[in-house]
Amino acid sequence: MTTRQFGAPVQRREDPRLVTGNGRYLDDLGHTAYEAAFVRSPHAHARIVDIDVTEALDTPGLVGIWTHEDLEGPVGEHLPVLIPHPALIAPRTGRALAKDEVNHVGEAIVFVVAEDRYAAEDAAAKIRVDYEFLPAVVGVEKSRTATELVHDDVPGNVSAHLLQEVGDLDAAMAGAPHRLSLDLSIERSASIPMEGKGVYAKWDSDAEHLTLWSSTQTSTGVRAAVATRLGLPLAKVDCITPDVGGGFGSKIMHPWPEEVLVPWAAMILGHDVKWTEDRREHFISSTHERGQLQQVEVGFDDEGRVLALDVKFWHDNGAYTPYGIIVPIITATQLLGPYKPGTYRVEFWSLYTNTVLVTPYRGAGRPQGVFAMERTMDAIADYLGIDRAEVRSRNFILPEEMPYDHGLMFQDGRPLKYDSGDFPASLAKLKALVGWDDFAAYREEAEKHGRRVGLGIGCYVEGTGVGPYEGAHIVIETSGRVNVATGLTTQGQGHQTAFAQIVADELGVPLESVHVTTGDTRKMAYAVGTFASRAAVMSGNAVALAARNARAKALKIAADALEVSADDLEIEDGVISVKGAPDTRMDIGMTAVLSNPLRYAFDEAAKAATQFAGTFDPDKPPVADDEEPGLEGKDFYSPTQATFANGMHAAVVETDPVTAEIRILRYCVIHDCGTMINPMIVEGQVHGGVAQGVGGALYERMVYDESGQLLNASFMDFLMPYASEVPHVETDHLETPSPLNPLGIKGAGEAGTIPGSAVIASAIEDAEGFPITRMPISPVELWELRQRHERGEIPSLRRAHSTTTE
Amino acid sequence: MSELFPVSVSVNGVAHGASVPARRLLSDFLRHDLRLTGTHVGCEHGVCGACTVLLDGAPVRSCLMFAVQAAGHEITTVEGCGTIEAMGPVQQALTESHGLQCGFCTPGFITTITAYLRENPEPTAEEAREAISGNLCRCTGYQNIVKSVLRAAEIIRGTDAEADDRQEAPA
Repeated sequence: MTTRQFGAPVQRREDPRLVTGNGRYLDDLGHTAYEAAFVRSPHAHARIVDIDVTEALDTPGLVGIWTHEDLEGPVGEHLPVLIPHPALIAPRTGRALAKDEVNHVGEAIVFVVAEDRYAAEDAAAKIRVDYEFLPAVVGVEKSRTATELVHDDVPGNVSAHLLQEVGDLDAAMAGAPHRLSLDLSIERSASIPMEGKGVYAKWDSDAEHLTLWSSTQTSTGVRAAVATRLGLPLAKVDCITPDVGGGFGSKIMHPWPEEVLVPWAAMILGHDVKWTEDRREHFISSTHERGQLQQVEVGFDDEGRVLALDVKFWHDNGAYTPYGIIVPIITATQLLGPYKPGTYRVEFWSLYTNTVLVTPYRGAGRPQGVFAMERTMDAIADYLGIDRAEVRSRNFILPEEMPYDHGLMFQDGRPLKYDSGDFPASLAKLKALVGWDDFAAYREEAEKHGRRVGLGIGCYVEGTGVGPYEGAHIVIETSGRVNVATGLTTQGQGHQTAFAQIVADELGVPLESVHVTTGDTRKMAYAVGTFASRAAVMSGNAVALAARNARAKALKIAADALEVSADDLEIEDGVISVKGAPDTRMDIGMTAVLSNPLRYAFDEAAKAATQFAGTFDPDKPPVADDEEPGLEGKDFYSPTQATFANGMHAAVVETDPVTAEIRILRYCVIHDCGTMINPMIVEGQVHGGVAQGVGGALYERMVYDESGQLLNASFMDFLMPYASEVPHVETDHLETPSPLNPLGIKGAGEAGTIPGSAVIASAIEDAEGFPITRMPISPVELWELRQRHERGEIPSLRRAHSTTTE
Repeated sequence: MSELFPVSVSVNGVAHGASVPARRLLSDFLRHDLRLTGTHVGCEHGVCGACTVLLDGAPVRSCLMFAVQAAGHEITTVEGCGTIEAMGPVQQALTESHGLQCGFCTPGFITTITAYLRENPEPTAEEAREAISGNLCRCTGYQNIVKSVLRAAEIIRGTDAEADDRQEAPA
């Protein structure tokens, strides 16, 4: 019996390559390519008065300099609005190179190509740009006042305004026995993958074909956008995603200015061109996320059940909105988590600021929504003196209520309808893992030693695996080698392993014979991309469906050859045999031979498929009317809606009574992403997600000054956690399968990050005894809050250090 | 073009001679001149550790050194720590323990851990965490890298034990 691969913690097949220096990331390609550098705006908001390149022209090694006025046709036009939405009333996008005006520090103005990056930077440094300064709009508060505008023609700085309401909120609020209001704030952070972006383009003038490699999360998206911009037929452009050093959302945005300009220059120059983003460029000219101000009003009954939830929030979308309003839409919908408020109204304003644009970063609006909801749950619990976990459980959607339709529209334009989940079971597991009911005793003991500790909790639901579709193409060679192509990309998720596990099971072949290619438009031209925790759900199911097709064909060929019924056959370890009569058998590779009738034998095995071999029905064509030669399977998976994963985190923190230093003593995760293809990989995703959640809660923020300068645009100043800052993560899993897809999978990529700020805020609040409403929080900020609390400016929590008061 | 300076350097036991501009970073020299692209560049200001190589056995940030400064020294990159067919103990441990995801930071961890375990063959989990806390990883949350350090130590001890056994075996 072949060992089942699905569900096994199989070691990753990509690792031997990656640990020996044999990975190939973008900058590992194109050693002889010309290299690009950019002159980027040092000002947040300014008019470009003049660009003088004279001094740069004699730079040794210089190949070319381009400004906006040199760009022809679509190359110089505004970049596309990728995701239009009726509520996005004033979409604005930048251009490949700025024309007349810049709207954030880092916006590209001049494009320089030289023999190497050193020379390109030499030339860029000699280019002078004169500016006329305009007032910079920085931060949600400033943007909201609209005393200055980012874009002259966008009144109020409002790109989008959206209101969704379920039920009669005003009536429910008026009738609620208790009401509370919360003012909340989350600051900016960013994906910050270890490898920045990069593009390498090769123009083959003989074939008139453009091949570009991009460190992207969507090779099909980049291909289509670049073909359009450059006026090339799609058939003349291919985009390949090499190994990618992390994305976390930042690389789903496309096309970046560099993705348009680098291939354009390669065509003009007839020479390979490459651009590799440096760290400062990544900070100031890629993308950020998270920044929101939120107002919550909640009405609830004596038991803590939410009768009315009224949320308003203001979302900082940065200078442009190429990715639409996906992030605030997700905040607005996923805020609800595992709960079912009696009525819900959510209204947001997406606002322009003169800062780096905002597109999804792991979690994509959910950390903010979960922060709002979970702060609200803690506030209700404190107000009523009920255990915080108990208040949550009283508001849970129960398993018997699944599927549960919230009556809202989700980020994919489809209903926000949960497919499955067992929230009470998740909570029970979490309480057991962290020792929820024993914490009061632990705290008492800690306090005896002058220590201050707190316990926090955060629950979330994550819509994963959004459509529209992914596909897979499987080709089985005569050697038995199985080639699997799926179009979405890989940035460390182990797709070469996980998808191979699925195919090995479906086909009944050894794992080692399965070879997976992702993100290469030459192999699979139809795909969407890797984002929204969708790869395992979408491509996982697509490869399974494609494998089933290939298997059916292999069995049909074997059945004909062995003169048995296909129903009587099984495949194990790459061998097709009659059930109960294992000697009547044929290698799957031989069915591949027979699938392709030949005139010419290219090897010994191929002789079996030639025209004088075997016995064929002379009245039938070698390839039947409804068949194709070759042992292949192709299929697409396209779900009606997202599948909803969920999880619950708890943390124990210690805050230093003197210095206000914050230390996470324990971090516990319960995670339910349906059936797991490879639990080792899922666990790894959770670990990494938690590290980013912790970073977002305690360390990471984008520090802009009033003039729009990003003051911490380096790893010296942006505090990304090292191993010393990330706690040991304790995990436990539930597997509530999704009824929506054949494999029962839900997404896992973003989960670990989502409740980070909520759970740490909850724990710090519990330790300190006063509300925490702004995240991230530094020791200095906590210390200042203590001072304000002592002065009576911040109220105390009602509970006196007890998490389990009834 | 700028003046070129001769550099003779041993990389992974192979002698290389080249002429480079004074400002050529060691990281660029290794990656683009010698085409040993296993050494990665994550920040170019010495913080992330992805570019860490061993200079005469000691870990250094190759993005903070000029190639000319490496003249006469012995450098080990990740390519020198083992091959796909014959992985070194740290590489093997990372593979077994799921100590990497995107793999971009991994070469810097491999060189760092290799040097660390030579000096500290039996680290505790806490010491292992401390040992890697000068390298940034954005994917793993470090949990399995800590595990990998411990596993690598175990493999090295095992290998040494096997070697000892062989030596002790009667001729």
